[in-house]
Amino acid sequence: MKIYRSMVLVSSDPQSMLLGAQAIFSRFQEEVKEFGLEDEVSVSMVGDLGRHDVFPLVIIYPEATTYGPVKLEDVHRIVEEHLYKGRVVPELQASVKELSGRIAWVNTRKGTLPAEQRIVLERAGLVDPTSIEDYIIHDGYTALGKVLSEMKPADVIAELQKSGLKGRGGAGFPTGLKWSFVSKAAGAKKYVVCNADESEPGTFKDRVILEGDPFSILEAMTIAGYAVGADEGYIYVRGEYALAQERLTNAIAQAREFGFLGKNLFGSEFNFDIHIHSGAGAYICGEETALIESIEGKRGEPRIRPPYPTTHGLWGKPTLVNNVETLANVPAIIRHGASWYKQFGTPSSPGTKAYTILGNVNSTGLIEVPMGITLREVVAIYGRGIKNGKTFKLAQTGGSSGSVIPASLQDTPMDFDSFSRAGVALGSGALLICDEDTCVVDLAKVLLNFFRRESCGKCTPCRIGTERAWMLLTRISEGEGALKDLDELISLADNLYNLSNCGLGQTAGTPIRDILKYFRAEVEAHIRLGVCPTGVCPMHREEPIPAYA
Amino acid sequence: MTVETVNDTAVRQTARESARKHGALREELIPILNEINRKIGYLPSAALEEVAAELQVAKSQVFSVATFYQMLSTVETGRHVILFCESAPCHVSGGREVWRRLRDELKLEPGQTSPDKKWTLVTVSCLGVCGVGPVLVVDDDMYGNVTPEMIPDILARYN
Repeated sequence: MKIYRSMVLVSSDPQSMLLGAQAIFSRFQEEVKEFGLEDEVSVSMVGDLGRHDVFPLVIIYPEATTYGPVKLEDVHRIVEEHLYKGRVVPELQASVKELSGRIAWVNTRKGTLPAEQRIVLERAGLVDPTSIEDYIIHDGYTALGKVLSEMKPADVIAELQKSGLKGRGGAGFPTGLKWSFVSKAAGAKKYVVCNADESEPGTFKDRVILEGDPFSILEAMTIAGYAVGADEGYIYVRGEYALAQERLTNAIAQAREFGFLGKNLFGSEFNFDIHIHSGAGAYICGEETALIESIEGKRGEPRIRPPYPTTHGLWGKPTLVNNVETLANVPAIIRHGASWYKQFGTPSSPGTKAYTILGNVNSTGLIEVPMGITLREVVAIYGRGIKNGKTFKLAQTGGSSGSVIPASLQDTPMDFDSFSRAGVALGSGALLICDEDTCVVDLAKVLLNFFRRESCGKCTPCRIGTERAWMLLTRISEGEGALKDLDELISLADNLYNLSNCGLGQTAGTPIRDILKYFRAEVEAHIRLGVCPTGVCPMHREEPIPAYA
Repeated sequence: MTVETVNDTAVRQTARESARKHGALREELIPILNEINRKIGYLPSAALEEVAAELQVAKSQVFSVATFYQMLSTVETGRHVILFCESAPCHVSGGREVWRRLRDELKLEPGQTSPDKKWTLVTVSCLGVCGVGPVLVVDDDMYGNVTPEMIPDILARYN
């Protein structure tokens, strides 16, 4: 692997690609050659750089100078001035006031912006995600090497249990415990499945990991395979993530070529290989048993649990299903040890969490911070405050496993235990920040519309309950609600929770319960006064209500 | 759309090739259907029959999978398919206004195809690029931070 004086990283998320990132990348290569710098400067395309206000973005290391939005005609000047003459071009730099994500982290070193703590996003945006060599020089595969040469499978699981890592997909189940279940399950054939069907609205942390650091997931899955006794792994990537699929396909091919996948890894008796399975657009496939059905080529309808996948999973064999972000923690824990990991976060929820910050804030994007940070801190520091000087009203924590969190709870530490004590859920890590102009009825209507559309239809409480709840909310937003509708909504939410087969239905009523718990007066105003206090709802019949209403 | 749909033989041929390319295995059903959907633009009944025969499973099984996933379509779509994200993050960032404009410009309701077969308008759940909401996708092109004013310009790019 060659050592370069400077590294030029070009963002290649979908939005950057649309704005010509590929041409900018090629132009950089040409210009670098033009100035005879090809032995000193490397140019790579990296994934999503975590910043979602400026496209395309170019970062030059080691200075960590950020240029953006970069146009094709700017490339010559950047190469001539910055790389050839060593002078930054201030007028092409990305404006500092809207920094977020990766850039925030980079600039922290200069003491200008709040720190993040990056473990799962450690390499995303720093390494060339298409090069296994680049991964290796950034500590890649040292954890797998350590595991295969120094540790027994039971040691790996013990270390993970000691670290206190909990699943980052939403439910927060202790990861080490899940691994021990699969390891103890009877049977010679076992599977490791990486759940990359990230479809919780507002969540794209897994996409950034897969696009920016695909090898870390392969390494983590291989370690998991060794620990639980599996020799085959599947990555289930949602169909919409084309770039992530491309990066993973390439990563698997390189890992096979370098002997990090295949037979007798590191000269041991251990064999492991990984396949990719693409989804085709179904939120429910993020549910682990639906995901397994989908890999088997069926409709993504959840199975009845128990038995759990840890004993009866893919093709009836014991199967370990872990989320992308959960797995991305594993190599770091093995490399540095459980006690290192426990220094981050809170005692009951160690480590970091990746959050996507969205909605009415000045700066949207992806951050990774220790568990236990509060919503107020996230909004003020990383979101850089509410847009247009408005007030924070509520946050929605994303998808089926999240909650509607009112401003009164914004000082609750964001970790699994504190949140469950406060009666709210952390969810998948999406933080949709809503200002005073947000109507809770409108928000709940949008959320229920999502559940109604994504319900797989297998069990009745969910199939009909989500539809009925959406219809009642629509009626309220159209000024035709009655107070008894609120009782029916509560009863629907309870029935959804108690009677649904899987997590989708069980949590579909959460937004209803939350808005009636924290914002009941606002909901009742729609009915009693016939006005939407925020002026969002139409308050008259807008769309035809379905015939079966 | 690359295959003339009235040509049943060509449809069956495409379906057979895709099925065989993936080893005609049940576990490959979704990748097979994905590929045919991409090639033909949707999944005609003849294609599903052919896949069922190749995989030696009941046609109802193939149909049940084809109708389950959002990225697969069993009805013919327009030349351009517009996916509009209607999830909460896009909605809160101004998606409602964009949606109204889009609907008015196209004069289509969700799921409809225009009479000239130019457009199909589909509402979808989160596309995973929420940092730049509101988001819409036309064929393979993604547009972020969309405002109602941008809609005519975006639509004018396609013919």
